[in-house]
Amino acid sequence: MTLLFQLLVNGLIVGALYGVVAMSFVLIYKASRIVNFAQGEFLLIGAWTCWWLLTSWQLPFWIGFPITLAFMLAFGVILQIVVLRPMIGEPIISVIMVTIGLSIVFQAAMKWMFGVFAKPFPPIFASPTVNLFGLEVQTVYVMSLLISILIMAGFGWFFKYSRTGLAMRATAFDQQVAQSLGISVRHMFAMSWAISAMVSAVAGVTVGVVNGVSSALSFFGIKVFPAVILGGLDSVIGAVVGGLIVGVLENMAHYLDSQWLNWGNMYEIAPFYVLIAILMIKPYGLFGTKDIERV
Amino acid sequence: MANISIIPSGDFKTSYGTDTTIFPTKTSRNFAILGVVLLLACPAFMDRYWLSLLIQIGYLGIAALGLNILVGFTGQISIGHSAFFGFGAFASAWLNNSVGVPVALAIPLAGVVTTLVGLLFGMPAARLKGLYLAIATLAAQYILQDFFARADWFTGGTAGTIAEPLTLFGFAFDTDESYFYVVLVAMVVMYLLATNLMRTRDGRALVAVRDHYLSAEIMGINLTKYRTMSFGISAFYAGIGGALYAHYLQFVSVEGFTILFSIQFLGMIIIGGLGSIMGTLMGTAFMVFLPEAMQALTKLVSGTAIDTALNLKDNIAFLREMSIGLVIILFLVFEPDGLAHRWKQIKAYWKLYPFSH
Repeated sequence: MTLLFQLLVNGLIVGALYGVVAMSFVLIYKASRIVNFAQGEFLLIGAWTCWWLLTSWQLPFWIGFPITLAFMLAFGVILQIVVLRPMIGEPIISVIMVTIGLSIVFQAAMKWMFGVFAKPFPPIFASPTVNLFGLEVQTVYVMSLLISILIMAGFGWFFKYSRTGLAMRATAFDQQVAQSLGISVRHMFAMSWAISAMVSAVAGVTVGVVNGVSSALSFFGIKVFPAVILGGLDSVIGAVVGGLIVGVLENMAHYLDSQWLNWGNMYEIAPFYVLIAILMIKPYGLFGTKDIERV
Repeated sequence: MANISIIPSGDFKTSYGTDTTIFPTKTSRNFAILGVVLLLACPAFMDRYWLSLLIQIGYLGIAALGLNILVGFTGQISIGHSAFFGFGAFASAWLNNSVGVPVALAIPLAGVVTTLVGLLFGMPAARLKGLYLAIATLAAQYILQDFFARADWFTGGTAGTIAEPLTLFGFAFDTDESYFYVVLVAMVVMYLLATNLMRTRDGRALVAVRDHYLSAEIMGINLTKYRTMSFGISAFYAGIGGALYAHYLQFVSVEGFTILFSIQFLGMIIIGGLGSIMGTLMGTAFMVFLPEAMQALTKLVSGTAIDTALNLKDNIAFLREMSIGLVIILFLVFEPDGLAHRWKQIKAYWKLYPFSH
C-alpha cells in the first residue's frame, strides 16, 4: 500500500512538471497557432546551460539559474524571429515540420556538445531529504512541486491581471482585432516563445537536478502531447489538469505493471494508449474549444 | 494528337484523357524508357557501394511515395511512417519464417497486413484532421515501437529476426546485383500505380479532400472513406518498402524504426515536393545521399583544425542527424515547393528562352 501511495505522490510531482511544460506548449499554440514539437528540447537546452554554468564556471546556483533564464528568454525570441516568423501563413504541415526539424537539430547539437550520458547536477540543497507527514521525501521533489505551483500561479496572474497577459489573450482570440486595438502581434508572438522557452527551462533544470541531465529530458516534450490533448489544446487550465492526470496515470500504470502485468515499460507507453483513446472519444479534450462543423 | 514528338505551341487538348496523360509527347516517353534501360544496365558497371545506395533509394522511395500520397495528396499529416515501414519488414519475415509463405508472396502480403494495421490506426484519422492526426500518428509510432520490442513471436524481440533471401524458381536474389532488379521492378510498378491512381476519380477525390474538405464533402465526396483509404494506401506502400528492405538486409532489428526515421521520410517528401510523384524520388535520393555527403565532408576536413575543434570522428552520427534537421528547415524556409518544382522551373526556362514567360 505504501508503494501505491508513494507512486501517487510521485505521479503528482511529475505530473505537475508535465503540467508546467504543457502550459508553455499551450501558450505558444494559443498565441501563434504553432504546434511546437521542439518543446522538449527547450527543457534540454535550459538544463544543459544551467549545468554548464554550474560545473564549468563553478557559479553558485542562485547566480547560474537566473543567467540560464535570461539566456532562454533571448533564445526564445531569436528563434521566433529567425525561424518561425517566415513560416507565418504557411500550411500547418510546414510549420509542424519546421519545429520537428528544430528539435532534431537541437537534440543532435546537445549530444554533440555534452555527450550522450546523463550528468548529475552538483548538490544544491543542504539536506537531501525532508520529512513530510512521516514520509521521507527528497528535497528536490518538494522544491519541484513548489516551483510548479508557483509557475502555475504566475501564469494565472499573468493572464488575468497583467497588461501583457491580457494583450496575449487578445492576440490568441483574434489577431486582427488585437492588431487594430494597437497590440503588436509580432511582439506577442516573440513574447510567447520567450516565456515558453524560459518556463520549460525551469522544468528542465528541475528534472535535471532530480535525474541528471541527458537527452532523455526531451522525451518530456513528447509526453506533453497526451497531456495537452487530454486537457484540450488551447486551454491553460486543461494543460495543468492533463499534465497531472498523465503523471498519475503513468505511475498507476507502472504499479499495475509491477504487480500483475510485468511488461516492463508500461510506464513509458501508457500515456500513448490513453492519447489514442481520447482522440477517439473526445478529440477536443476536457477544456478545449470545440470546432463546430457539420461534416 | 497523341503521337507528336515535340510540344506544340499552344494547348490543343480536347479531352480530359489527353490532358492527364503520363507522357504528353513521344520524346518524354522515350526518355522515361531510356532511364529505365540505363538503370537496368547499372549492375554491369557500378560497384557495390553505389548499387546499395540505389537499392536504398528504391525501397525507401516506395515507402516515401506512400507517405506522399497521404501527406502531399490528401493533406493528412503522419509522423509514424517508419513504424509501418518496420511493420512491413517484420510481417514479411514472419510470414516467411513462421507461416511458410514463399518470399515472393510474403512481400505483397506484408503490404496487405500493414494496410490492415494502418487502417486500425487510421480509424481516428477518419474523424481527425491536420494537427490532431499528427499527434495520433505520433502515438502510433511509439505504440508500434513498443510492440516490436515486446512481441517476441513476431519480431524476435530484442534479438531481431532473420529474413530469408528472395528466391524465384530456384534462383536466389541474395547479391546486390540481382536484388537491384527486384527493387527496380517493384519500384516501377509501385510508381506507375501511384501515377495512375492520381489520374483516376479516386485520386482526384483525394486531392479535393486536401484542397478544401468542405467543398469536397458538398460535391459528394465521402470524407471518411477517402481519408481512411489514403491512410490504408500509405500503409500499404510502407509495408511493401519495409518488406523489400527486410529481404535485402536479410535481418530486421527492432532498433531501427525510430521517430527519427519517420522524420526522415517526411524530410524526403518535403525536399522532393509535396504532392509530386517525381519529387518523391528526388527527395529520397537527396536523403540517401545526404549522410554519404556528410561522410565525404568529414573525410575532406579530417586532420584540419576544424576536425580537431569539433572532434568529427566521434561525432559523425550527430552531424548526420543535425544535417537532416537543418536540410528540412532550410528547404521549408527557402524552397518550400521542393526539388520537383525547381525542376519544372528549369524546364520552363529552357523551353521559353529567351523570353521570361
